[in-house]
Amino acid sequence: MATARRLVVSFGRFWWEFLIGENPDAFIGALVVVGAALLLRHEQDAAIVLVPALAVLCLMESAYRGRRRI
Amino acid sequence: MTSAVILVLAVFGACCVESVEALTLVLAAGSTRGWRSALEGAGAALFILVVLVAAVGVPLVHYVPINVLRVVIGGLLLVLGLGWLRKSILRASGQIALHDEDEIFEHTVGELSSNGAPTTKRRDAIGFVVAFKGVLLEGTEVVLIVLSLGASSHRLGLAAAAAGAAAIVVGTIGVVLARQLREVPENALKFGVGVMLSSFGVFWVGEGTGLRWPGSDLAVLVLIALFLVVSAVAIRYLRLIALRTPVSHRSSMEKAGGL
Repeated sequence: MATARRLVVSFGRFWWEFLIGENPDAFIGALVVVGAALLLRHEQDAAIVLVPALAVLCLMESAYRGRRRI
Repeated sequence: MTSAVILVLAVFGACCVESVEALTLVLAAGSTRGWRSALEGAGAALFILVVLVAAVGVPLVHYVPINVLRVVIGGLLLVLGLGWLRKSILRASGQIALHDEDEIFEHTVGELSSNGAPTTKRRDAIGFVVAFKGVLLEGTEVVLIVLSLGASSHRLGLAAAAAGAAAIVVGTIGVVLARQLREVPENALKFGVGVMLSSFGVFWVGEGTGLRWPGSDLAVLVLIALFLVVSAVAIRYLRLIALRTPVSHRSSMEKAGGL
């Protein structure tokens, strides 16, 4: 039982570190892009422009915050 | 065809980056604790990674609906890609220190040497564990990329082959160059792979949600160009900011940035 719990905790910790780690910006950016793509799935023309634009905006915002955080 | 080439490049590049990082630890363990243990540790980890690709990848391709798979995988690729690209932009613009494998190698060797002499037994546990963990942890990221790109485009074999080729190339270069890991342009590789993973991420999220990209697969190239241009602009802008920062503040920033 203790071993199983330790395995679950290790597994959860791995995914937490992998997805969020010390910088949650990429995870939030991915969520924003997926959310926007789902919301705009019936608006092809808008989605083609907005989905990549949101990804790029998330990247720029994250890089800028990375500078300011230091 | 276009996406197959980019898929191979992305997986090959990502695997090169991770292989260099894993190789650093294997070389450090081998040179301080004995090569037999280090190579056995690396081999055991590689075996687990190959089993993982086969055990998780094949059911993923066959049993999960393709559009769900593409959205989840696109999201995962975006997390990886945006994270790598952000770090590459900050490094290239001088906001944080460049990744230096030689420094990591020296640090690991120092730590391993301080653990006493290797055991006289045939297998040194510390050397084995360090090499095993290094290859397994760095390799897990490669496995995720192989599974993501391979499964979403139904080219799991091609993605696995590209990863295997990269591991062999880096391993061979590592053996020939021994400790001169600085020669591998890891930061540039990470930048390129970050661009490709982010582009694939956006592409698959769109495909998975029913978006029909103009030009079909060729849209990946447009997305790559977009991320390249934006990253170049971001690097230039942040470099200007770094130049304006007082020298005393800049040195403390570099320390805080770490490796």
